[in-house]
Amino acid sequence: MTTTRRGLSLLLVAGLGLVAASCGSGDANKPAADADGPVTITVGCEPPKSNPKERQAWEADVATFQKAHPNITVQGKDAFPCINPDTFQAKLAGGTQEDLFYVYYTDVRKIIEKKQAADISQYVGSVNAVKDLRPDVMGVFKDGDKTYGLPRNNYNMGLVYNRKLFTQAGLDPANPPKTWSEVREAAKKIAALGPGYVGYGEYSAGNTGGWHFAAELYARGGSMVSDDGKTAAFNSDEGKAVLENLKQMRWDDNSMGTKQLLQWEDLMRMMGGGKLGMMVGAPDVVQSVNNDFKGKFEDYGVTAVPESDGKSSLSGGDGYMFNPKASPEKIKAGLLWLEFHELTPGKGQFDYARSKEQGRPVGLPIPDLYGTSAPGNEITALRKQYATVPVDNFAPYVAAQGNITNKLEPPKAQELYAVLDVAMSAVLTRNDADINKLLGDAESKANKILAKNT
Amino acid sequence: MTVTEEQVRRPHTVGATDPRSPDDHGALRRAVARNLTAYGFLCAALICFALFSWYPMVREVVLSFQQNNFVDPGVWVGFDNFRTVIADPAFRSAWLNTAAFSGLALVIGYAVPFVLAVVLNELKHAKAYLRFVVYLPVMLPPAVAVLLFKWFYDPGAGLFNQALDVVHIPPLSWLDSTSTALVSLVIVSTWMNLGTGTLIYLAALQSIPGDLYESAELDGAGLFRRVWHVTIPQTKLILLVMLLLQIVATMQVFIEPYLLTGGGPENATVTVAYLMYQYAFNFGDFGGGSALGLMLMIVLLIFSTVYLRVSREEDAR
Repeated sequence: MTTTRRGLSLLLVAGLGLVAASCGSGDANKPAADADGPVTITVGCEPPKSNPKERQAWEADVATFQKAHPNITVQGKDAFPCINPDTFQAKLAGGTQEDLFYVYYTDVRKIIEKKQAADISQYVGSVNAVKDLRPDVMGVFKDGDKTYGLPRNNYNMGLVYNRKLFTQAGLDPANPPKTWSEVREAAKKIAALGPGYVGYGEYSAGNTGGWHFAAELYARGGSMVSDDGKTAAFNSDEGKAVLENLKQMRWDDNSMGTKQLLQWEDLMRMMGGGKLGMMVGAPDVVQSVNNDFKGKFEDYGVTAVPESDGKSSLSGGDGYMFNPKASPEKIKAGLLWLEFHELTPGKGQFDYARSKEQGRPVGLPIPDLYGTSAPGNEITALRKQYATVPVDNFAPYVAAQGNITNKLEPPKAQELYAVLDVAMSAVLTRNDADINKLLGDAESKANKILAKNT
Repeated sequence: MTVTEEQVRRPHTVGATDPRSPDDHGALRRAVARNLTAYGFLCAALICFALFSWYPMVREVVLSFQQNNFVDPGVWVGFDNFRTVIADPAFRSAWLNTAAFSGLALVIGYAVPFVLAVVLNELKHAKAYLRFVVYLPVMLPPAVAVLLFKWFYDPGAGLFNQALDVVHIPPLSWLDSTSTALVSLVIVSTWMNLGTGTLIYLAALQSIPGDLYESAELDGAGLFRRVWHVTIPQTKLILLVMLLLQIVATMQVFIEPYLLTGGGPENATVTVAYLMYQYAFNFGDFGGGSALGLMLMIVLLIFSTVYLRVSREEDAR
């Protein structure tokens, strides 16, 4: 019996050992390989096989890149969506995180704070494109003078609207609302089209409510936190105006529909279904509505967030960061790949000639990585040359960009957004919601979160 | 001197100081050899449990006392994670909502399957068909069932408000009101688990000897008196076991608030498990999430201990 017990124990220990072993392996401590020695990098966000056109383009790019750099092997890791926050920590803990992992702007600050990405400051100088990138975009991936990643996409928030519904409601789709009172008027007219029509849609659950609150607050000139980032600053006139405006549209105008507690996918589905008039969102919303929710490019337009002229707009986007355990050789190879695939006009993601040939959409005013610097102008010209979507639909958004500053997510973004979901859901589900009290409560909760040293 | 049966069976026992003779070892080896396949299966199950159940539990306990970025070794922070989550304004709401959900689930979800089982047991015709119909919702994946109810609850075109309209009752806000959101989640949960509960009760009811009912009927007992004097006393233990199991299950409610309300409106449906998820995956604070998980585990452990005692009692019957 003792033998059997010992055998069982050994098996258990072996099993646990296997798990423990899988929980931490990396090559940061390995000696640096020969500069020209073979190196393999794993890269996240390879388009999945279910998206054959983009997959084909990716594979062609890998072949071209490997031909130019025969010592580097690029191993794409496909996933849809590219990142699932639920699996990020698990992949890192399990040692399966890619060498170059894909990340949304919303998560960058948190990852840097938790030291879950490699510091690439000493290598990033080799990437020529970096000097031309918009400083605010590069700022997303920087902490002081240290750099932790490179961008792939950048945009700021705007107002997405359904041009078809505008026409049906007697509104001019070429002249979208510039002020919140114009939004209210337009929303009322769209809601009056009949049952099921929603003039203006808004999030209020799963942290998306707080995220949109921040977007609307920035556009009014407000701030989420104080300059030093230590206290909440949203309990302000601008913050009150955001909630007051929503409350009026919801309860006085009845233009926001009766269904609330909406989260990310809900508004996309409503937009794609053709019964939602307006929502705060960036041009990528139109792309998503077209690709995943059966909307058509030509039916939608984007303009700046109302009243944001001369003020700020919450910026968003995505990019790549490096596994904290990646060796210097992998980081160098990864930077070469990113420069080729994500940052070079006419190549990789900016190969608009190929995109047009493949029948993929070209002409959205994103990504905007370079602003009006030389590569930026080159990308804009290529985009215009190979456009396949109606670029005029995005003209109001593009025209406003010169006078709007991109503003980053606040510190502890997700935690603050969770707190502000409460205020957003309150004004959208209760017509007696007390805005002053809601913002006061949210402020004291946010201050506790910001004071936390984690 | 009479030879006892014990001596016949163990004729070569040497003495008290050496209870295992070489022959005993041989017998043990033979016994092990005979059951080798069974041990193999047992090992596989044990390894699976160790990897996927016990190890994560141990890891959760460790993580709840650490600040861990999964890159560097975890830093022990004592009870800091617990202090952080307890100071969270949503902490109190989460526990109150969880307790309220479990309480409501007991009022609605505990009684309904039992009543259904009694009715099904009393039926003379179409028993098998009705059992199948009652069990049908269990076959739906929980996410599908929850999303189906999202449509039912739609304040505009939803099935429930359309039904209320037929009987001239004004529409309800269901998920969008702090007063009805939690109840709405309980209704979904009850519907999803109705079949399993009903079948378990039905099995218990069918194990009650028929002559007890016959005697009761001869004494002139109607349905309610039969239920009160025969059914309930005979199923007392299974009722208690189900009660404890339901408490343990409902206190872990996650999928309903996650998919239907995102914890809203105004935190009215934030539960402990949902808050745990927020900490771990939205805030990237696994320590905080694990601390919450450990607290929930301790509470559930108390109920589980009572459950084990009760079920042991039932086994002994």
